[in-house]
Amino acid sequence: MRYLPKSPADREAMLKAIGLRSVDDLFAPIPAEYRLNRDLKIPRQMAESEIVDFFRQRSRENGDGYTSFLGAGAYFHYRPVVIDSLISRGEFLTAYTPYQAEISQGTLQSIFEFQTMICELTGMEVANASMYDGSTAAAEAVMMAVRLTGRRSVVVARSLHPEYREVLATYATHQGMPLTVAGFGENGRLNLKELEKSITAETAAVLVQSPNFFGTIEDVVAIAEIAHKHGAMLVVSIAEAVSLGIVEPPREADVIAMEAQSFGVPMGFGGPYCGVIATREKYVRQMPGRLVGQTTDKHGKRGFVLTLATREQHIRREKATSNICTNQALIALMVNIFMTVYGKVGLKELAKQNLAKTAYAAGQFAKHGKVLFGSAPRFSEFVVQTSEDPYAVNGRLLGHKMVGGLPLKKFYPELGNAALWCCTEMTTRTAIDTAVGLVAESERSVRSGKEEVDVEEVAR
Amino acid sequence: MKRMTRKATRHVNQNEGLIFEKSSAGKAAWKLPPLDVPEVDTAALLGGVERKDLGNMPEVSEIEIIRHFTRLSTWNYAIDLGMYPLGSCTMKYNPRVNEAVARVEGIANGHPYQPERISQGALLILKTLSECLLEITGMDAITLQPAAGAHGEMTGLLMVRAYHQSQGNARKKILIPDSAHGTNPATAAMVNYAVENLKSDSRGMVDIGALEAQMNKDVAALMLTNPNTLGIFEQNIHKIADILHAKGGLLYMDGANMNALVGKVRPGDFGVDVMHLNLHKTFSTPHGGGGPGSGPVAIKKALEPFLPRPVVVTKTDGTLGFDYDRPQSVGRVRAFYGNFGMFVRALAYIQANGPDGLRQTTEDAVLNANYIRKGLEGTYHLPYSTPTMHEVVFSDKLQAKKGVRTMDIAKRLIDYGFHPYTTAFPLIVPGALMIEPTESESKEEMDLFIEAMRSIAEEVEEDPQTVLDAPHSTRVSRLDETAAARKPVLRWKPTA
Amino acid sequence: MVYPTGRKYTKEHEWIQTSGSTGVIGITDYAQESLGDIVFVELPKVGTELAAGKTFGTVESVKAVSDLYAPASGTVIEVNAELATSPEKVNKDPHGAWMVKIALKNPKELDALMSAADYEKFVAEEAGH
Repeated sequence: MRYLPKSPADREAMLKAIGLRSVDDLFAPIPAEYRLNRDLKIPRQMAESEIVDFFRQRSRENGDGYTSFLGAGAYFHYRPVVIDSLISRGEFLTAYTPYQAEISQGTLQSIFEFQTMICELTGMEVANASMYDGSTAAAEAVMMAVRLTGRRSVVVARSLHPEYREVLATYATHQGMPLTVAGFGENGRLNLKELEKSITAETAAVLVQSPNFFGTIEDVVAIAEIAHKHGAMLVVSIAEAVSLGIVEPPREADVIAMEAQSFGVPMGFGGPYCGVIATREKYVRQMPGRLVGQTTDKHGKRGFVLTLATREQHIRREKATSNICTNQALIALMVNIFMTVYGKVGLKELAKQNLAKTAYAAGQFAKHGKVLFGSAPRFSEFVVQTSEDPYAVNGRLLGHKMVGGLPLKKFYPELGNAALWCCTEMTTRTAIDTAVGLVAESERSVRSGKEEVDVEEVAR
Repeated sequence: MKRMTRKATRHVNQNEGLIFEKSSAGKAAWKLPPLDVPEVDTAALLGGVERKDLGNMPEVSEIEIIRHFTRLSTWNYAIDLGMYPLGSCTMKYNPRVNEAVARVEGIANGHPYQPERISQGALLILKTLSECLLEITGMDAITLQPAAGAHGEMTGLLMVRAYHQSQGNARKKILIPDSAHGTNPATAAMVNYAVENLKSDSRGMVDIGALEAQMNKDVAALMLTNPNTLGIFEQNIHKIADILHAKGGLLYMDGANMNALVGKVRPGDFGVDVMHLNLHKTFSTPHGGGGPGSGPVAIKKALEPFLPRPVVVTKTDGTLGFDYDRPQSVGRVRAFYGNFGMFVRALAYIQANGPDGLRQTTEDAVLNANYIRKGLEGTYHLPYSTPTMHEVVFSDKLQAKKGVRTMDIAKRLIDYGFHPYTTAFPLIVPGALMIEPTESESKEEMDLFIEAMRSIAEEVEEDPQTVLDAPHSTRVSRLDETAAARKPVLRWKPTA
Repeated sequence: MVYPTGRKYTKEHEWIQTSGSTGVIGITDYAQESLGDIVFVELPKVGTELAAGKTFGTVESVKAVSDLYAPASGTVIEVNAELATSPEKVNKDPHGAWMVKIALKNPKELDALMSAADYEKFVAEEAGH
């Protein structure tokens, strides 16, 4: 086996040194009746070339070569090549959690820089070293508000990513925390009247996303005012981090729960991604996750350590702020490098391109289908209503090696034949024009009463 | 450094400040293509929510970025440099083919919502890995959704709770041995269960009498790590399962130490009802400085209805798809399907090994740990004489007489070119030295480790101060953690 | 080590000093010594009801958290705000760095606690383990 650095003679010598006759003696502590006396029924040992072939084949079956208009929590942005080049260094890739600070300064300093940049971008005072992803970060941020306020119920915007909502529901159910969902208005933003009605003296947190699931930027100032008036904390989820380049961060929030996938992390069929929680300094002791702090060594030299660890499970056990241990460190490093590459000016220019592509696309789509929620500002996503079932529309696009917007029926049946489209700097005008053309074709075909494509078969 | 070590030599490494300290206006490491759509008036589009300034974000060139992170990287220890014997962390070799296949275009760039018809590759990876893990664990069903071990624990306990609820009573508490990882009690609390401690017996195993006394109809499950954190296989495992099952409780196995069992024994065969795996431990996905992990949860048939949504299924036409229609599901624990990139790596690892390779891997891991145990017995105090599997726990009892504690020995080990073992855990061993070499170490590397540990023990006798002041060879000496915690500085700020 | 007389001590290593119906509470030198460098003290708000023998706060070192137990029942009337920014005072002057002042509910409860001499003996035994 090519990963094992021992010859049969080494093994013999080692057994002899231990004073055993055979390998079986090593497993004597396991009662004989449970020992497996056969081969595992798993694929046979494969050569490296076979493994590479296997995954290349899977890649071909996995949308390779398609142009996509999907966003909805996973965004296709360009990843500068320096990211993979740097994270592939074994000293980053194959190091453990930096508990031994003297030989982990590389990881520690890079996390410190990550925390700093997340603070700069979100307008918060402290940020942690990462959470699993945006959905669990949002749920944990809400739990944090529950601890801080001593209240138990939560108001969630219906315009929050539906899967984030589901995750929060899972976390909250068994804690006996009541969840109320507040709907969205004609402009796609959280309905403030409904928020006002849902919020009570028992509300620990209001959780919204901005830009929200429809790409619409929420009126965070107004939402914060309502939440704070009732003594609740405002938690804002950010799923599209690139928006921070051109959209004011939700500075009025008490906690920001972010998904940083857009910053240099491959879409990777949904993970691994990089969640982050950022908040005010006064709330730091209720924040979950690891934190790196600056200090000095015996000789006064600057260095970095994991700090405020008493919040965490390995010390406080059942009274910890969370059970999180392993986080997304390597992914946070990708995010860190991405933020460093684009920096102060690049992030803004990048965000502007996303905005421009989306504005153009929404404008073009509006000529043929109905683009919803136009009266509030949006970032890179928009909802298009069509006459034809969006699965059928997507069926047309798939034939051109294109994946259209995400049909919303599953999540928002009230929106009818609606789909969520997304553009990034990677979306070309040609692709937009082609997609618009196909949507126009779909509209014409419905109007002329032609038969619909078999939805089930084509585009699920 | 008074003693010479054969393992390492000091060499110069580069100084490097924070990236913000290199920044100056006008430097850039990026270039966007020309915009192929009309420019937009951002003020008109965004109005009051337009952001004008990005604060102190850095402005640096590409070469500076490469040097910055490369220099930082050289300040880290890593498996790629040498033995990393952290107990319970399974710091094994991270094969490079894993990294290569995770970066193949259609795998790296698949969108989680792309139509199932063009996701068959990803779905087959999910299905194949699931099948392999079920065969390895001897369990009936599995979810890959949890993002790490602790997240898997939470998912597992959610299913335990849902199962009991379906039986009419969610029950109140979880039994946890005093040798357990901190994540176990923290998880139980997150799922709203009370934690009850279970004592270990003099052999370092679950005290069967105590378990019998504490087991009642309020107990939802026992969370057991097997082999436990002392590296000891719970010989009465089936008796433990029987005691739980007799009163309707479930046996949860923390699979952190599965590297001792793969291909040799299957938890499903010895009475486990729910367990999580750590793909970043047993199945070689990289730790990356603290993550990402992946914590699949495997279960017995009775718990299947409660699996998180969605579940991968084979449809009537033979293609693969997701089933969201799971009315008894505990819900989602994460958006999308889990840390897919880790599934790719774990499957590549399983393929590279095959049944024979996985078995040999386990045998070598156990052989290595026992070789170290033999090599250090006598030099360091062994609190439990019970045979151990993939790791061994010593204590600093002998060295403490000279005022030297486990953390000091650990720090001194750094000077000898090794990453320290796990210190001060498990909690039932005062001053613990928890050593897990994994299968990835050669006999030569372990001989150097044993030599280093013996040498440090001699130093403790002759010159304890050298050990107390260690490390001597790193770019920073011991850092002031007290100051860091009293007046936390958690971000860089420009000097005014 | 001399523990100040005129105070009462608990087995959980808190001290309490009374003047009239007010009790002043802190932790002992033995407690701060075994905790090591204290980095954070979490105390209840003014107005909180403390129950004798129950936890009312925590003290943290870098790698440990210890609960604080109320030597007697009562209502918190003052909290030593200084400890929020200077927790090291507990290490430097444990018998001076008080944590909370309470309005005693039942001063008789103090009779069950140890005198300085008894506590010193108790600590000597505990350290011997």
